[in-house]
Amino acid sequence: MAERVTLTVNNQPIEAYADTSVAAAVMQTHGLAVRQSVTGQARGPVCGMGVCFECRLTVDGVLHQRACLLPCRDGMKIDTRASSEPEAFAKRDAKPATNASGSERVYDVVVLGAGPAGIAAACCAADAGRRVALIDDNPRGGGQIWRHDPAKPPPREAEGWRDRLRRTSVEILSSTLILGSFAPKTLRAESPTGPCTLRFQRLILACGARERFLPFPGWTLPGIFGAGGLQALVKSGYSVHGKKVVVAGSGPLLLAVAAYLRGHGADVRLVAEQAPRSKLLRFGGSLLWHQPSKLFEAMGLRWQLRGVPYRAGCWPIRTDGAQQVTSVTLTDGSRTWTEPCDAVACGFGLVPNLELPMLFVCAIERGFVKVDEHQQTSVAGMYAVGELTGIGGVDKSLIEGQIAGWAAADQPVRIGGLLNESVRARRFSELLDDAFTLRDELRHLADDATIVCRCEDVTYGALKRFVGQRDAKLQTRCGMGPCQGRICGPALQFLFGWLSDSVRPPIFPTALGNLS
Amino acid sequence: MSVPTCDVAILGAGIVGAACARALACEGLRVIVLDGNPIGSGATAAGMGHITVMDDSEPQFALTRYSQQLWNDVSDQLPADVEYVQTGTLWIAADEDEMATVRRKHAFYQERGVDTEILDAKAVAEVEPNLRTGLAGGLRVSDESVIYPPCAARWLLEQAQLDRATISLGTQVFPMADRTIQFGDGSSLSCGSVIHATGAWASRLFPSLPIRPRKGHLVITDRYPGWVRHQIVELGYLKSAHGSDRESVAFNLQPRKTGQLLLGSSRQFDVDHKDVEPRMLKRMIARGLEYMPRLARLSAIRAWTGFRAATPDSLPLIGPAEIRGHLLATGHEGLGITTSLGTAELIVSHLTGKSSAISIEPYLPARFQGGTDG
Repeated sequence: MAERVTLTVNNQPIEAYADTSVAAAVMQTHGLAVRQSVTGQARGPVCGMGVCFECRLTVDGVLHQRACLLPCRDGMKIDTRASSEPEAFAKRDAKPATNASGSERVYDVVVLGAGPAGIAAACCAADAGRRVALIDDNPRGGGQIWRHDPAKPPPREAEGWRDRLRRTSVEILSSTLILGSFAPKTLRAESPTGPCTLRFQRLILACGARERFLPFPGWTLPGIFGAGGLQALVKSGYSVHGKKVVVAGSGPLLLAVAAYLRGHGADVRLVAEQAPRSKLLRFGGSLLWHQPSKLFEAMGLRWQLRGVPYRAGCWPIRTDGAQQVTSVTLTDGSRTWTEPCDAVACGFGLVPNLELPMLFVCAIERGFVKVDEHQQTSVAGMYAVGELTGIGGVDKSLIEGQIAGWAAADQPVRIGGLLNESVRARRFSELLDDAFTLRDELRHLADDATIVCRCEDVTYGALKRFVGQRDAKLQTRCGMGPCQGRICGPALQFLFGWLSDSVRPPIFPTALGNLS
Repeated sequence: MSVPTCDVAILGAGIVGAACARALACEGLRVIVLDGNPIGSGATAAGMGHITVMDDSEPQFALTRYSQQLWNDVSDQLPADVEYVQTGTLWIAADEDEMATVRRKHAFYQERGVDTEILDAKAVAEVEPNLRTGLAGGLRVSDESVIYPPCAARWLLEQAQLDRATISLGTQVFPMADRTIQFGDGSSLSCGSVIHATGAWASRLFPSLPIRPRKGHLVITDRYPGWVRHQIVELGYLKSAHGSDRESVAFNLQPRKTGQLLLGSSRQFDVDHKDVEPRMLKRMIARGLEYMPRLARLSAIRAWTGFRAATPDSLPLIGPAEIRGHLLATGHEGLGITTSLGTAELIVSHLTGKSSAISIEPYLPARFQGGTDG
């Protein structure tokens, strides 16, 4: 068990385990609303993985820190109240932050993202004798699927790969944020010890995916999380014990999340999958034929959820509550009903984190990074693996990671049978995509007052009169906030068919000093 | 079937085109504004939106002062999303040499009725406590302001529409020498005058124009309300802005109404791509940190670039082009947001014969025609 630490929230001391995230600790002790939006609405954490920026807090006097990425430390001072007096800034930081250009590190292969794909890639490249760095912005590796859970031992497969990784010489740089590339074959990063430059010969992009969120009335209330988002927050120390939770949205993740939450004491009321039953049955049939293990996995999860209704062809249309969510209203297209709840875990599938591949001008095809059979992108020496090349889960990630790891280390002979497995994994990815296609009704959930851009509080009504993303952005500030359009971007694409105009450094907010 | 007609076709829905549309439509002219891109999405979107009076030359003073007063006149009509704030401008002197410049500027402004105040080192530290210590002082110009230009351009166009102007966006147009506009779909429009308000791109149609795109970078922070109060500009900015170096940076920091801070500035000639260049970003931020070390801790959320339309003498090109019936309203470099309203009045005066508060003479494109190219 991790040690107990004491921190203060708004000057009030609280205790937490050292491996708890600040976001989880604050939610646990001060409620789900941890910040106010630009128009004064109460907001709470959503994504649990550092992309939504809804958990920004003042930490040790530094404003706008993503609390979900920060582990609790002894003596930390957290403030959830907006500070506006200039004195508050002027008195602090008497000593200016140093802004030296930082250290430079040199590698043969740099792997971005320490999920299964990145771990597999790093292991193979290191086994081939390459000097490898494995970078992740989270404090621990494992990605979303193998995210460390203090309450549960890791899955055997994860433990196996971790052991293998431990036996390599891979340098693991955690809590390290990639900001962009400031010179050819280098990356600029923000690490806990300051800015640094990472030099590489080959780059393996394993940046993973985030959840797709779709706006519906009430979706910005504290207590509406991503599905994976709530799971991530629970893994980082937030307790759902005894809480009534509705899991909604789309994709196989819903079942896994529901089973996980139930395993942690949540009272899961319902799993609402928007895909119609007919498609799910067809999907199940294909799995039985092509990948029976996946079907057994799903059946295992369903068994863990016995007694919990799983409704296909059912989706949320609104959530209500004063300070935080108290109910969700769902429909199956004919019947509409309201479920009381304390939390809604809701995600509409996954979207790849394309910012880095786009920054490196890797070709994108149908929303994913285009790769050859060795996972090489359109840019020589750059590889993309896992969810970046198609949403396919952990098996696809591990296979592609190994292929890219060997390829990047110029050891194509060791790829061997992985190519066949890769084809199978891609087939599964296509089946998934087809089974969980989002229904048209989801384009019409938002009303004019529904916020679409959570950073800038831009409503659906303000956006619908525009013809494209660029003029909507310039005129309404939609997508101009700190999440840089990571949350509203995929929603706008689904709702209006708009594509984001460009990706520019820094690809994540960072202290100005890290750019100088 | 006869070809549709209008009095004036304005090419470019940036802030200059929008201001011209409003002023001309207000005079009862039938105006159409044409742009292949969204409103205010070129230099208008890239710029800072600082409304400021400059003293680089008498003509520059005349146009910026006149325009600033026009902005003051409309300030209470501007909708909230134009984010108008009267911040004032604080010119910062790093040393005694620059303090001499402060005194010179102060005298210049005072003679011409602009409200300015010399601040000593202590006073500067009091009004902007986040500036580094050890600065020599500064000049405060109180009557200056900040706006959000893309929404200002939209508001100007909305005003034009109230006077029955037509706005046509998203279509490719080809202006012809005979004052017809050809559209991509084969249709055409015949007009009395064509106004080219296309910023740095005007030289595509008029290759002999002495306009050079001058690239700039900006970076914006998350929200820190109250962190700075004035638009703060180093006096060295004038060297950067008016020098002809291939590239330069100068400290220029703007508080937005949102509480965000917009940090500039950089200037580069001979760069034709829009990419954010880390090297320039780095130089520009480093310059800012020299003046305000505490900026290093603030969260930067976005960076972007744009192209100013620079002329050899730092004055815009307003008035007749070489081709009859075609007018220019471009070449405003970094002052287009401020001078848009004044430019529009000069164009009105030229087309309608109405008198204007200042003379168009110093800005006429003819100054570069026939003689040396400056």
